[in-house]
Amino acid sequence: MQIGRVVGTVVATQKHRKLEGAKLLLVQPLTLDGQPRGIAVLAIDSVGAGVGEKVLLVIEGKAAGDALGKKAAAVDAAIIGIVDMVDYSDE
Amino acid sequence: MQLALVVGDVVATVKDGNLTGTRLLLLQPIAASGEASGRTLVALDSVGAGVGEHVFFVRGREAAFPFYPSEPPTDAAVVGIVDSWTNEG
Repeated sequence: MQIGRVVGTVVATQKHRKLEGAKLLLVQPLTLDGQPRGIAVLAIDSVGAGVGEKVLLVIEGKAAGDALGKKAAAVDAAIIGIVDMVDYSDE
Repeated sequence: MQLALVVGDVVATVKDGNLTGTRLLLLQPIAASGEASGRTLVALDSVGAGVGEHVFFVRGREAAFPFYPSEPPTDAAVVGIVDSWTNEG
């Protein structure tokens, strides 16, 4: 899993039927100190996250399909939690 | 999944039997800002996308799922055409 921040929403009327009804959010993966890392990914949201929130992101097909609740769905990324806080110390 | 711009079509007459009848699109991945980001790639089309359209695509094993029960040997597939997106990052 990775930690990311929701930076936007995506509207796509025409999509594969297994994705119908799925909420799509743009998530920017973050480093531990909160800096953007890499390109933003498009993830399905299974927890009701919103723009600006810090979230838990899985980037793996099986896990993302499970989060969507559909077998053999063409998804490879999903938001599976909203992060309240991260407690870590950089020794 | 990732956002991308369809920048071209790819034609391959000789290909794996499970790819027969599929369309191959050339994609340029884009960042949330809309700028090109990373290397272009070839993906199978499952939604009827065309050059100049913004789309999103899936990578990995799941890229074959839209074509079930056929199992094309692919590592990327376009699964949606993007109408619009917001970027507040």
